[in-house]
Amino acid sequence: MSAFVQLMRRDLRLALREGGTTGTALGFFLVVVAILPLGLGPELKLLARLAPGLLWIALLLSALLSLDRLFHNDADDGSLETLAMGPLPLEAVAAAKALAHWLTTCLPLVLAAPLMAVLLNLPIEAFGALVLTMAVGSPALSFMGAIGASLTLGLRRGGPLLALLVLPLYMPVLIFGVTALTIAMEGGDLISPPFLILLALSLAAGVLAPVAAAAALRANFT
Amino acid sequence: MKLVLDNVACERGGRRLFSSISRQISAGQGLLVKGPNGSGKSTLLKTIAGLLHAATGTIVLDGGMANATLSEQCHLVGHQPGVKSALTVAENHAFWREFLGGGGDPDGLARLGLANLAELPAGVLSAGQRRRLALARLLAAPRTVWLLDEPAESLDRASNALLARLIDERLASGGIVVAVSHTALGGRFTRSLMLGGTAAGRAKAGGR
Repeated sequence: MSAFVQLMRRDLRLALREGGTTGTALGFFLVVVAILPLGLGPELKLLARLAPGLLWIALLLSALLSLDRLFHNDADDGSLETLAMGPLPLEAVAAAKALAHWLTTCLPLVLAAPLMAVLLNLPIEAFGALVLTMAVGSPALSFMGAIGASLTLGLRRGGPLLALLVLPLYMPVLIFGVTALTIAMEGGDLISPPFLILLALSLAAGVLAPVAAAAALRANFT
Repeated sequence: MKLVLDNVACERGGRRLFSSISRQISAGQGLLVKGPNGSGKSTLLKTIAGLLHAATGTIVLDGGMANATLSEQCHLVGHQPGVKSALTVAENHAFWREFLGGGGDPDGLARLGLANLAELPAGVLSAGQRRRLALARLLAAPRTVWLLDEPAESLDRASNALLARLIDERLASGGIVVAVSHTALGGRFTRSLMLGGTAAGRAKAGGR
C-alpha cells in the first residue's frame, strides 16, 4: 500500500513542479466554454437549456488533453520498467497513476466548473448538482483514459488516436452525467437513477480499467 | 542459490535472436554477456527481468524467495536512467528506495559520490552523474540479481572503478550479476556468454 501512495505522491509532486498539466486543462476548459456563446448567440434561455451538455462535453475534452502524458514520460525515461519490477502489481501502478491524473486534472476542472457555468447562464441553484455530478463521474474519465493512454504508448502521433479510442468510452459517462444534472436542474432529486449509474460507471472503471491498462503496458514492453 | 537459464530462446519482432541458451550462475558469480549490436544482449537481460517473455525455455532463481517473483528479486539498470528531471537527486533516490520496498543502503547516494548534489534538480546533472544516480538504485533496495546493461556508459575512470567495486561487493555478499558491457567491469566476472553471429555454436563456445 505504501508503494501505491509513494507513486501517487511522486506523480502529484511532478505535476506541481512541471506545471503545465493542470493549467493547460483549466485554460482549455475556459476557452471551450467561452467560445460556445459566440457560436450559439447570446440568447440566455437557449444557453441555460444547453449548459449541462456543453459543460460536460467541455469537461470531457479538457480531461482528454493531458491523457497522452499519463504513461509517456515514465516509458520515455525508463522508469516504467522499474515500476513494473517493484513489489506493486502493474495494475496498481496504473491505478495510482490514473488516480493522480484525476487529482491533478479532473478535480481542478470540477472545482472550476461553477465559474464556467456562469458563462453559460446555468441557474445558480444547479451549481451544487453540477459539481457533485462531475465529481462523481470524472474518475471514470481518468480511469478509462488510462486504457487509451497505455494502448497508444510508444506511438509517434498517439494523441489523435487516443481521442478516437477514448471518446467512445466516455459516451455513457456523458449521457448519464448530463441526464443526472438536467434532472436536478429541473427540480428533481439529485440522487436519481442516472446519478447512481454515473457512480457505478466510475466504480466499475476504477476496478476494470487498471487491469486493461496493465495488460496493454505489458504488451508494450514487447 | 543459483540463476538457472534452461534452453532459453528469444524473439523480437518475429525474428529469432538466439536460442538454446542454458546457463547456471551460482551465488557470487558474475556473467558477462558479449556480442555484436542487435544480437539480443539487452533482450536477454529484459527477459531475465521478466519484462519480456522467452519464446521457449525457463528462467528461475533456484533457492530465491518463495513469495516473490524473479523480477521482484532483480535490479535492472538499462540504457534509460529512470531519473525524473523535475525532482531533486535526493527525491529521485528516496522515491525508488520507498517504492522498491525499502531496506536499502541509507548512504546509497554518498556511495555513488552524489551526496553534495542531493538538493539539485536531476535535470541539471551531466550524463555521467545521471548514470550514477541510476546506479544508486542498485543500493536502494537489497535484491539478489543485478542486471546491468552497459552500466559504464558515460562514466569517468573513477566512477568506473567505483562501479567495479560495487559489483565486487555484491558478488562477495552472495549476489548474482549479469552484465552487458564493452568495457571491463572489474575482475570478478568469471563466466561469459557470447551471443550472435552463428547463433548456437558460438553461444556454446562462449564457455560453460
